[in-house]
Amino acid sequence: MASQSETGASPYKHPYHLVDPSPWPLLSAFSGGALVLGIVLLAHNGIHWVLAAGLLATLACMFFWWRDVLKESATPGLHTPVVRIGLRYGMVLFIASEVMFFVAFFWAYFHFALYPAHVSGAEHAVWPPAGVLTFDPFGLPFLNTMILLLSGCTVTWAHHALLENDRKSLITGLALTVFLGISFTGFQIWEYAEAPFAFTGGIYPSTFFLATGFHGFHVFVGTCFLTVCLIRAIRGGFTPERHFGFEAAAWYWHFVDVVWLFLFIFIYWWGAGEIAQH
Amino acid sequence: MDTAAHTHGHHDHHDHKPGFVQRWLFSTNHKDIGTLYIGFALFAAIIGIGISLLMRLELAHPGMQIFANGQMWNAYVSAHGLIMVFFVIMPALIGGFGNWFVPIMIGAPDMAFPRLNNISFWLMVPAFMLMTAALFVGEGPGGGWTIYPPLTDNTYHPSMALDLGLFALHLAGASSILGAANFITTIFNMRAPGMTLHKMPLFVWAMLVTAFLLLLAVPVLAGAITMLITDRNFGTAFFDPAGGGDPVLFQHLFWFFGHPEVYIMILPAFGIVSHIVSTFSRKPVFGYLGMAYAMVAIGFVGFVVWAHHMFTSGIDVDTRAYFMAATMVIAVPTGIKIFSWIATMWGGSLRFETPMLFAIGFIFLFTVGGVTGVVLANAGITQILHNTYYVVAHFHYVLSLGAVFGIYAGIYYWIGKMSGRQYPERLGQIHFWLTFVGVNLTFFPMHFLGNQGMPRRYPDYPDAFAGWNLIASVGSYISVASFLFFFYVLYVTFTKGAKAAANPWGEGATTLEWQVSSPPPFHTFDELPRVR
Repeated sequence: MASQSETGASPYKHPYHLVDPSPWPLLSAFSGGALVLGIVLLAHNGIHWVLAAGLLATLACMFFWWRDVLKESATPGLHTPVVRIGLRYGMVLFIASEVMFFVAFFWAYFHFALYPAHVSGAEHAVWPPAGVLTFDPFGLPFLNTMILLLSGCTVTWAHHALLENDRKSLITGLALTVFLGISFTGFQIWEYAEAPFAFTGGIYPSTFFLATGFHGFHVFVGTCFLTVCLIRAIRGGFTPERHFGFEAAAWYWHFVDVVWLFLFIFIYWWGAGEIAQH
Repeated sequence: MDTAAHTHGHHDHHDHKPGFVQRWLFSTNHKDIGTLYIGFALFAAIIGIGISLLMRLELAHPGMQIFANGQMWNAYVSAHGLIMVFFVIMPALIGGFGNWFVPIMIGAPDMAFPRLNNISFWLMVPAFMLMTAALFVGEGPGGGWTIYPPLTDNTYHPSMALDLGLFALHLAGASSILGAANFITTIFNMRAPGMTLHKMPLFVWAMLVTAFLLLLAVPVLAGAITMLITDRNFGTAFFDPAGGGDPVLFQHLFWFFGHPEVYIMILPAFGIVSHIVSTFSRKPVFGYLGMAYAMVAIGFVGFVVWAHHMFTSGIDVDTRAYFMAATMVIAVPTGIKIFSWIATMWGGSLRFETPMLFAIGFIFLFTVGGVTGVVLANAGITQILHNTYYVVAHFHYVLSLGAVFGIYAGIYYWIGKMSGRQYPERLGQIHFWLTFVGVNLTFFPMHFLGNQGMPRRYPDYPDAFAGWNLIASVGSYISVASFLFFFYVLYVTFTKGAKAAANPWGEGATTLEWQVSSPPPFHTFDELPRVR
């Protein structure tokens, strides 16, 4: 029997995509295992190569896996309308789980920020803890807020251009979004370099760096996702009717944007203490 | 449930199976992945149950018998808990039965994301390797399955053992999250024509609620253990009082995951038991919608009761009052389920074959565990009983005697469907009675030990506790013997079992899996069934 993706025509009388056997899930799983083992070995024994190998293998698996998905999406009869609805469900649910991941870090933050008495060893129940200087929220953080909000506009512009089949504007909008994403990351690195507190300086830096750090990592992932979309757009991918990869990237980008708004409002602004001078 | 399926017998053309590597390593088939999950869970159970046998051998008499010291004991206790929760119960119920039967019951040809399904399974393998390796490194992961700091700080667990365990949880968690998204998408997007949500079999409802709990609870655990990893290795101070942090924060984060987790383990068993009770009573389930929405209610309320695990952690009295009241609310939807199962049996033409024995055993023993749960929900009583063997008895009644009975019930109910061969009835009944006697003998005396004040997580105890401990240990030997006997039952089933008909259970079995051959063709439905 010729496999579904070879013939392009479904032998089944249903609209679902029965995926051919694939090596990537198995290889991804063991690459992920090597990746986390590598982190442990690096932290405890200073061994680098397991982490490097695990990371490379994971990235390679991701590349080949998504390459297969793109091939299938271009094969008639596989990504039927109902399959495309399923992909939407999948992305929404994935983002929901990501939201809950950030809930953990906001929980940690509010555990101390709303109830400063939870901070062990402090003489006065105040947040930020006594002696911690914080960023001016209306310096770099506000600039980054504007950058992300603007990038939300440019990605929407790209989306509307795509719906209008205006490829030139699609590419311009996406390129601007990627540029803004990279700018955000650059300013975030600058901000970290100027931080008035050290990573290991106690509970305030812990909550600050892990919440903003994981957000920063998600910005990086979103930027990569948008870059892939940009490359696909330049190479002629996406149609006004079918562009779920683009939409998923845009949803993800908006999610990252909203997380930042919460970070900005509650950690940088509401949670500001004595402002550090530069 | 009134179903009419138009399923074609399997033409060779449609039942073409890929070769070994393609079929079992690169699989994208929900039934094969389900089989892998069940096999994996049985393998992990050998290790998890083996550790529990070591623990009962140690506790059979006062004094140290086989463990070198308390830390080694703690490491094995922790490994037993983590293995049974993450590598036995969850893979068997969710990955195993969920994968096998959710698509068939809703009339879908496979899961929504077959490749994600396979990575969900294979992530369990490196996770389990890391978890078991942790036992043999340094001082071992001795923080209990709840991995509370400060015991799990690098002060008390300096080696990489605990980090290996934490990253094993990360991998298992990623597996669960991906699996959850897969189940929800499958159930919402791939139901056959006519299969409305309110006609969905209760096992599918159970898996839907379970998947939502996984999707929303597991990422919070991921956040918590990430903070623990950075505290241990990279100098943050989330849970370290020396840097201003608060160990109680970890307990909040852990139990915000951990309490939904206990429903994650029991809801699929609820679903299985509903099917079995209905099948062997030859009656539809009593109060179908009530049964479905009781599970939804348990899922919702399960998210807002977490701090009843923390009554002795120094949380204030108003907080305790709220969590006590909210916890008791869960007894209402749970009671709906218990009484509806009984009402399903009422007036039915009952047949006590092995799946039904395990299902009734489940209802009885889960009720016992549920009642002790209501006792423990009282913040005042928990001041006395917290961290005693009463708690150990309680959660083993709902898990070892609840979730595990659910797994056994599911295996006996569906093994003919999955393997094409029916189990030997007499051996199945012997297995049930051996297990029933063994586990009750093991865990019932623990209520008494707890009431007498014996604390959990110690390898030794005063002579006063010797009597009930010996009885519990003898019970555990019987339980382990019954587990070994179960493998014999499986062996006889696979080698000598009678060929299973499409529906070996008769008119009571109405869900779609009984309308297809045993085992079903490689791709179950090449034409979608229509449900009236």
